[in-house]
Amino acid sequence: MSSPRPGSTDPAVVRNFCIIAHIDHGKSTLADRMLQHTGLVDARSMRAQYLDRMDIERERGITIKSQAVRLPYEAPDGKEYILNLIDTPGHVDFTYEVSRSLAACEGAVLLVDAAQGIEAQTLANLYLAMENDMEIIPVLNKIDLPAAQPEKYAAELAHIIGCDPADVLMVSAKTGVGVSELLERIIEKVPAPKGDASAPARALIFDSVYDTYRGVVTYVRVVDGRIGTRDKIEMMSLGTTHELLEVGVISPEPIPSEGLGVGEVGYLITGVKDVRQSRVGDTVTTALRGATESLGGYRDPLPMVFSGLYPLDGSDYPELRDALDKLKLNDAALTYEPETSLALGFGFRCGFLGLLHLEIVRERLEREFNLELISTAPNVVYRVITDAGKEITVTNPSEFPETKLSQIFEPVVRATVLLPSEFVGAVMELCQQRRGVLLGMDYLSEDRVELRYTLPLAEIVFDFFDQLKSRTRGYASLDYEPTGEQEADLVKVDILLHGEAVDAFSAVVHRDKSQAYGVLIVQKLKELIPRQQYEVPIQAAIGARIITRETVRAVRKDVLAKCYGGDISRKRKLLEKQKEGKKRMKMVGSVEVPQEAFIAVLSTSESSSKK
Amino acid sequence: MTNQNHTPFSLYIHIPFCASICGYCDFNTYTAQQLGGGISQDSFHELLIRELEIASRTLEAPAVSTVFIGGGTPTLIGSDSLTQILRGIEKYFPMNPDVEITTEANPDSVNAQMLTELRQGGFNRISFGMQSVAPAVLATLQRTHTAGASAQAATWAREAGFEHVNLDLIYGTPGETDSDVRDSVNVCIDAGADHVAAYSLIVEPGTAMARAVNSGVLPPPDDDACADRHNIIDTMLQRAGFNWYEVSNWAKPGGQSAHNQVYWSSANWWGVGPGAHSHVNGRRWVNHKHPATYAKAMENIAMENIAMENIAMEKGEALHSDTEELTPEQIHVEKVMLALRTRAGLPVGELDNQELSRAKEFARQGVIDPVEFASGVVRVTDSERLLADRVIRELLG
Repeated sequence: MSSPRPGSTDPAVVRNFCIIAHIDHGKSTLADRMLQHTGLVDARSMRAQYLDRMDIERERGITIKSQAVRLPYEAPDGKEYILNLIDTPGHVDFTYEVSRSLAACEGAVLLVDAAQGIEAQTLANLYLAMENDMEIIPVLNKIDLPAAQPEKYAAELAHIIGCDPADVLMVSAKTGVGVSELLERIIEKVPAPKGDASAPARALIFDSVYDTYRGVVTYVRVVDGRIGTRDKIEMMSLGTTHELLEVGVISPEPIPSEGLGVGEVGYLITGVKDVRQSRVGDTVTTALRGATESLGGYRDPLPMVFSGLYPLDGSDYPELRDALDKLKLNDAALTYEPETSLALGFGFRCGFLGLLHLEIVRERLEREFNLELISTAPNVVYRVITDAGKEITVTNPSEFPETKLSQIFEPVVRATVLLPSEFVGAVMELCQQRRGVLLGMDYLSEDRVELRYTLPLAEIVFDFFDQLKSRTRGYASLDYEPTGEQEADLVKVDILLHGEAVDAFSAVVHRDKSQAYGVLIVQKLKELIPRQQYEVPIQAAIGARIITRETVRAVRKDVLAKCYGGDISRKRKLLEKQKEGKKRMKMVGSVEVPQEAFIAVLSTSESSSKK
Repeated sequence: MTNQNHTPFSLYIHIPFCASICGYCDFNTYTAQQLGGGISQDSFHELLIRELEIASRTLEAPAVSTVFIGGGTPTLIGSDSLTQILRGIEKYFPMNPDVEITTEANPDSVNAQMLTELRQGGFNRISFGMQSVAPAVLATLQRTHTAGASAQAATWAREAGFEHVNLDLIYGTPGETDSDVRDSVNVCIDAGADHVAAYSLIVEPGTAMARAVNSGVLPPPDDDACADRHNIIDTMLQRAGFNWYEVSNWAKPGGQSAHNQVYWSSANWWGVGPGAHSHVNGRRWVNHKHPATYAKAMENIAMENIAMENIAMEKGEALHSDTEELTPEQIHVEKVMLALRTRAGLPVGELDNQELSRAKEFARQGVIDPVEFASGVVRVTDSERLLADRVIRELLG
């Protein structure tokens, strides 16, 4: 019995589903196991985490880009099904991508580590799926672990979803236990896609990936009609049309097909070179007799966090520009524009979806393009209204106007923290310190609590996650979504070296915290700036007002004690080396600041979002 | 290859032996125990004399203006061996009439008789590693001699007829006080030395002291304290009739070390012995560092049965572990770097145009002496002496 051909598959045998899971809860392993179980990939050619394509994804165990794989599956009842597994990104920065992936499915496997319970991000994505009326299949993974508490967490999941604890499937993706039951459950529970085969074609783009050889590969879920290889297609939000070069499915390698029909999931290749031509969330239709109404839900990606990226070696600037141009092809959310810093030279002010996005971009620039970079402390976007009523959008703290401001608005998020109840006090204290407003608190189970806060995004960007992890011994998880903006009493703190402001160190902080911030940075710099020819005052200032000061004393001794026989060439070589080292020194006014000082200071205020 | 331009030519002889290794020292020196049985300290001077022969033949026997035997602890091989080295030099090189012949010595490795023998053997200058008179400082430095031994040794040397006596000091040792430094300087003055070399302590990587500092057992030397102590030493010595003439060197009139000047004026010298550095006609090289490796290389040369004639430079190169041919640019850098450390300074004519304009700015700021600059000499002013490296770096650009 041969499986249904792509392009002519009866929607009744199609099941589109995704897996909602936290990092490390075993999503990729489960997906791998499904690939094996359906016979799509044999054990010999299996490599760990088959679907994570980027090195960074595999190394970090996270999914940045969605993937979709078509799994032909002969069920025990003898019927041939098509399972489309749509892998979703698992991070708060990519919530929008997640929502589009979910929109392409009828069901979701909720995969939770049986030793850890549900995490905040999973919960957020679960709520998203439930709002979309998706069929949820709760699964506890890693039941073979000694620390597993399947009963406890089954009760927790049942409580959250509103099902019977007995309905929670027990799986070990590692050993394969429970995987066939899960496949059966998917076929049984996930509704087959419904759509109008005779209507104009409408397909949802849930991902688009730039491939060096093929150009942009667009992943779609067909809702109505059919997209055939000879069609000319239209991107409905852009109004642009493209010839189709190829239509196909991933199973698990790309397989060209005649077309894609109702409910089917596959890819389109048009030859465009920039993912901005093929945007996640957009609706694809045919240019001829196309749909007039899109599927809706499309949104332009909006950068939330900004950081200046500068090459350590100024002469790498053109390489950095080229690298960003290339990354952009595959990253519709990345924005950048040239920026000049007195301290750091030529670079780019880049906009990111969040901290992880920033980190990934930075890491790819360094790894794939061999660049050494300094990134300034991440900041958010401020909306400033001057006394004259003029509105200014500030994406770089050094450009924050200093006087005559009538109102300042900062972005806020609704944050959800899941944590063991014993840490509630510590986390509430942290949120309070970060200007959080408590929205609510719920017990998910006896000892697991969900805290909901409104928090300024700037506070989350500044070291929040590390603090949260350290206060809860790593047990808390965090999710947040932007909810708008609030007015706040913010000031710009400048750091002055020898009376001159160093733009890279300027930060916008709440007035109540400006003193503490100033002291922190000034003391750090005092440790890092080598003694110079003159005494160097290091000051923190708000406008013209100095709020703290330290002094680097003048150097009194800078001479080699001994210079005889062999010392001479050693000393000469040292001089030659120091000449090189001078390039690693930035002159800020008359003060020599080592690159390391910039990196160290900027990284103290840089949160790491390695979750 | 000959010693070009009739520049002064000097010999440095390295004796790589010590009775014990001081904690701060990274010189190329070994205890008998470290060397094991392979190397004989008693006959080591014979190897050195063989290298002298190679040097003489390679350079066509230039006249020698200074000889310096350093270490290690040269006196450890005894006055007889040291004197034999001198005889070896005289055998292979013509000697200038006013040749300066120095040996280093440890205060506790000499006695009056030995010093007399050295003087009679032809040495006319002696340099003692005194370091300090403070017992605590000597202990931290892991020196084996007592506080009184240095003064005694210097007195014996004067009595033995040494015209020139140097005492080495180290300052800035963790735990040292300003008053320890004053005591040490006073002893130098009273002992009748005509030359003092005072070095701020350098914690050299790989030494026992570096390990102690890195592990927090010892605090690192404090630059401010070192600067203060340099000034204390300078003031006291100047008052006692010494003149400062290089970053770490002071001498009474007529007491300046001619051998030192060889290094600082980029003149030619041949370094004999393991790990010894040489500089001849713009080429620098260094001999194999370990005495056993050096001895082995020397043996190979001997095995090739080198005749008395035509020992080419290439044969001597078997002794070298590293050679560099200096570019004109590097020669210039060295010249500036060395001269600006000295009281004598650098002739303005040595500077290129860019350096000259930087020097003018330094003269205006008083970093280099404006009066001497006007008369054609670039000299770092006394107040900037301890920042000479910065001046050198910036002047060279």
